[in-house]
Amino acid sequence: MGGSMTAKSASGIPLGSTGPHAVQPLPDKPRFGQPMSEADLAAWNIDIRTPDGRGLPAGRGSVAEGRKVYEAKCVACHGADAKGGPMYGTMVGGIGSFTTNTRVLTPGSMYPYAPILFDYIRRAMPMDRPQTLSADEVYAVSAYLLNLNGLVSADAVMDAARLAQVQMPNRNGFLLDDRPDTRAQRCMTSCK
Amino acid sequence: MAKNSGRRDFFRKTAALAGGAVAASAGAAPLPVPPSAQEPGRPIPEAMYGMPSKYEAHVARRRSDVLKNRQNWSDWSMTPLQHQPGIITPNGLVFERHHAGTPDIDPAKHRLAIHGLVKQPLAFAMDDLVRYPSVSRFHFHECSGNGLTDWLKPASSTVQQTHGLLSGVLWTGVPAATLLEEAGIDPRGKWVLFEGADASAHARSIPMEKVLDDALIVYAMNGERLRPENGYPVRAVIPGWEGNVSVKWLRRIKVSDQPWHLRSETARYTDPMPEGKWRQFSMVMECKSVITSPSGGQQLKGPGFYEITGLAWSGAGRIRAVDVSLDGGRNWREAMVEEPIMDKCLTRFKVGWTWDGAPAVLMSRAVDSTGYVQPAVQEIQKARAIAGFVQHHNGIQPWSVNAKGEVRNAIGQA
Repeated sequence: MGGSMTAKSASGIPLGSTGPHAVQPLPDKPRFGQPMSEADLAAWNIDIRTPDGRGLPAGRGSVAEGRKVYEAKCVACHGADAKGGPMYGTMVGGIGSFTTNTRVLTPGSMYPYAPILFDYIRRAMPMDRPQTLSADEVYAVSAYLLNLNGLVSADAVMDAARLAQVQMPNRNGFLLDDRPDTRAQRCMTSCK
Repeated sequence: MAKNSGRRDFFRKTAALAGGAVAASAGAAPLPVPPSAQEPGRPIPEAMYGMPSKYEAHVARRRSDVLKNRQNWSDWSMTPLQHQPGIITPNGLVFERHHAGTPDIDPAKHRLAIHGLVKQPLAFAMDDLVRYPSVSRFHFHECSGNGLTDWLKPASSTVQQTHGLLSGVLWTGVPAATLLEEAGIDPRGKWVLFEGADASAHARSIPMEKVLDDALIVYAMNGERLRPENGYPVRAVIPGWEGNVSVKWLRRIKVSDQPWHLRSETARYTDPMPEGKWRQFSMVMECKSVITSPSGGQQLKGPGFYEITGLAWSGAGRIRAVDVSLDGGRNWREAMVEEPIMDKCLTRFKVGWTWDGAPAVLMSRAVDSTGYVQPAVQEIQKARAIAGFVQHHNGIQPWSVNAKGEVRNAIGQA
């Protein structure tokens, strides 16, 4: 019988089952939101649209500077040369491993867009002090990790424009959700 | 309580003597009057939060111990489904998955901001959020990684380890649509970012259609405010979709025309596919079921009657039917599905079984309202690359019962 996931979004994402949902009739529409300006939200506005780097801030950082930041703030968990430490596995290598039985997931092998490095490091790293690195430091660590993965040269400097231009090996590695991808039958007797 | 203990011991010894004097008669021993009936119990304190009986201390959420993380901030704990009757998980047992630990957020200081492609950016205080007309809905909540240790051969022993990244909750909050419409959605707005106030600032991109259909901004679960580990004071709930899109400790909602393609939706929560590819934005949790009793690690008390019972659920709709097999999937019978049967919600199934003492392999298979039939792992393997710790496991779970009545995980064996 196969079945379908019913509705899809305009962008092709399966949505699962959808409404309608009961709506309570109201005499008046409550409005309790406090108006803000985008400027007042600047410190919170940290997301990067990673395919084109929209949202990347001003600033710059080199591979050499990134190595210094890494060795001060990252090495304790991620290990020397980002090859893995007491907390986490390697962040280097794995490019070409996805067609083997042992897929090695690193920023170099897995990220389709280099600005993911900036977005993730800024929002979540270092784990004991996230959202404290300067934009220059985040660009520098991004440059260092890209260099360790052989994706930029040792003298590279990253900024908003240059980070968005780095070609990542897994750029075309993703398919949009196309489930259901199984067609199980509801056999009841003598099934196998 | 301590000052009563001497008196209680006296009663207990007296009762034991009285019981001992008549215990020699034939058949079942006469039942003595229990100590609980011969002294007052605990008086009601002026105020307290009630806790389970001390005899239920074994019923606990347990940290992942099949796949052990080397730190416990980005880690998870699992619901003891083998001890859960019904379809609701008590708040202290709802599973956890955090990326940087549980924050301690003061609701008086917390703000939820909505901005991006809206007419007017807004910030909401908690005491204002709870003033909106509320909705309460029952939904299952399941981590995309539920079952990832047990695809092709058994690694886990219990259903808590194989399926415990699953809970059933009555969520209460405000439709996300209410708040977005107050901000005024720009017609170009097609995707919505949800971001947390925790130390991972965990974030996900969700299609606007889903957000407007049934996403909730939630401040309560099962009749009380959210627990800290479940997102206090406010979280998103994206019904039927993988758990991590329901961002906890929610601080920011941003509207855009495109998805963000963050680490959490490229390098994580994606599915390995043939030829080295990855499937992205696979967020609906597909139809699934599991027998919770008898289940792995349990011991049958000998031949005789058992109720086989378990849970079924689907992110694509309601449960239409559940079938149970006692012979490893050769023959199936339809189980009773117990009401209520709700959209994207845990549903309880039951079937009576008289065990004859011979080895058996128990399985369940759910069918949802779209007609989708829960697949065996072998079916999933035809479409995806099952290599390593793989997400979105909705394969059939077999439990084997041997002649001694020992129940074991038989994934990949049946």
